Amino acid sequence: MSDGKTPETVSRRSFLHACFGAAGAMVLFEPGEALASTYVPGDHYWAYVVDLTKCIGCGACVRACKAENAVPDGFFRTWVERYTFLDDGEVLVDSPDGALNGFASDPDVPPERVAKSFFVPKICNHCTSSPCVQVCPVGASYETKDGVVLVDKSYCIGCGYCIQACPYGCRFMNPVGTADKCTLCLHRLTRGQAPACVAACPVGARACGDLKDPNDPVRRELETRRHGVLKPELGTHPKCYYLGLDQEVL
Amino acid sequence: MLDTFVAVSGYVFPNEIHVTWTVMIVLYPYITGLVAGAFIVSSLFHLFGRESLRPIARFALVSSLVFLLFAPLPLLLHLGTPSRAFNIMITPSSSSAMAGFGIVYLTYLIIVVLEVWFALREDFVRLATTRTGFKGWIFRALALFDLTVDDRTRAFDHKVVKILAGIGVPVACFLHGYVGFLFGSIKANPWWSTPLMFIIFLLSAIVSGIAVLLFLFYFVSWLRRVPIDRGVVQTLAKFLWGFMIIDVALELMEVLSIAYEQTQDWEALEILIRDKLFYTYVILQLLVASLIPFLFLGANALFTLKAKLSNFLIFSSAVLLLVQVLAMRWNVVIGGQLMSKSFRGYTEYTPGIWDREGLIVAAVVFTVPFLLLRLVDGTVPLFPPDSALGRWRLARMKKTPSADGAQ
Repeated sequence: MSDGKTPETVSRRSFLHACFGAAGAMVLFEPGEALASTYVPGDHYWAYVVDLTKCIGCGACVRACKAENAVPDGFFRTWVERYTFLDDGEVLVDSPDGALNGFASDPDVPPERVAKSFFVPKICNHCTSSPCVQVCPVGASYETKDGVVLVDKSYCIGCGYCIQACPYGCRFMNPVGTADKCTLCLHRLTRGQAPACVAACPVGARACGDLKDPNDPVRRELETRRHGVLKPELGTHPKCYYLGLDQEVL
Repeated sequence: MLDTFVAVSGYVFPNEIHVTWTVMIVLYPYITGLVAGAFIVSSLFHLFGRESLRPIARFALVSSLVFLLFAPLPLLLHLGTPSRAFNIMITPSSSSAMAGFGIVYLTYLIIVVLEVWFALREDFVRLATTRTGFKGWIFRALALFDLTVDDRTRAFDHKVVKILAGIGVPVACFLHGYVGFLFGSIKANPWWSTPLMFIIFLLSAIVSGIAVLLFLFYFVSWLRRVPIDRGVVQTLAKFLWGFMIIDVALELMEVLSIAYEQTQDWEALEILIRDKLFYTYVILQLLVASLIPFLFLGANALFTLKAKLSNFLIFSSAVLLLVQVLAMRWNVVIGGQLMSKSFRGYTEYTPGIWDREGLIVAAVVFTVPFLLLRLVDGTVPLFPPDSALGRWRLARMKKTPSADGAQ
């Protein structure tokens, strides 16, 4: 409809032109590409929040990450751990196949002995003082302006020093011969989409937000709720924050 | 999917089930240690004037160069993308300890090559004048086409060798201290993260360097059926005893201090030592390969023994200390990766046999420097003509002059 007076006629020729044009544009530019082109890294500073009181250990995040990033079998850019505290203080931790298929069975202990139990999703902490970036001999590991720690696969020599330096076990040697790790799905963030693991979480236990945006819910969450980071004594200053963190979690 | 099954105990982070640094990274600091140790032995004569080591000084220097040439090979074999190896030299990252490799390695290589050249220059000239054809041209090229040898050039060569030894000793210390620093500066790993690591690596390098020279000296002397130069072996044995005492004491102090502090780290490290490294660390490195050489070398230093018994004690100590330092490298490099950074579990590592980073390749990489050393020995005299091994060489040349035209 043009002005509400007379119906505008569309010729078959112009309709087909418009269809082919749209199809061509979809081939050339993926959805969100226009947004990515306007993305200014310096305007953002990404952080990640995990609410441990919400995670149900379904493993949807692990599967989504594997599918999104073609993570090789046997390695993980994200995984989920299960902490089980027994009545005598003993702590059991497991993560069968990184919780790729969730936790099919209960821990091998009588239920009456379990004092408390919870799940802990893990990803790269995208540390502000990243030991992995520090030790990389060729500068292939680096931190972007928007706070994401990445590996330049076209320059990494595959020495594995960054894997040794990461205190959180988040890096691995990709079978292609270069270091690999979580990218915070930066390719999605630049298009205005949440990381795959965040998008897949059915209970909203994971969230990724922009610390430079005063109205960002993640920033608000961190400003108003108690939170912690993993191994703070190492001075890596992680940007992955946990709500409801227990001191036994490393 | 990685097809190798690994038995883990406790909880290991999923990416840490397979160790990243393999037997090649065990070999790298081991060979580097031989370089630094052998160079320091040669400098004991060239720089500090330890006359009793004159018969082995040049051999030690050339050994150092030969090991140095092959030191980067295990690293290269380990790299996931070896075609980019030179990035570490071309575009080093200023914040990385490992990026210093290019600078440290090249500096040391230049010093050792120059020192070897000045030490062998007179022999190059002699070979250039006695050989004909292509071989003669090679030696003329090695002598840089200046065949002048007189008292003035000899004095100059000796002076330069001494100066280079003076520069080389701190650089050798730095080279191996640097290798230790690579491990000691990793705060993520409590088994590595100690300021003592670089000094332990340095001392163990000296121990392994002296031990390999003693081993080779005995081996070559026995092979050529010449009497053992007791002055050389006794001097080296005493140095070996002294350095191994400091080395092992520091190794023990490092672990004992963590144990005494009873930190959270110790809870995990105790299991690592007790379970995963019991045989390679407690039994092999400490009890067998440290205690026995300590007693043997101590007996040799403190009592006057018959030459045969003394030689047995020194030779077996040298072999055991070579094993000790190799075990130390294994326990540091592999041991540090067996414990997950979850501090709640342990993985296992068994080196492959035929893999690119397997035992066969490791054995070849370790053997090649010795073969090259033999090749050099067959070309230029590595022992002075007034030493037992030097006289053997002269006698052999008289028998078959075509086989060796070195002197």
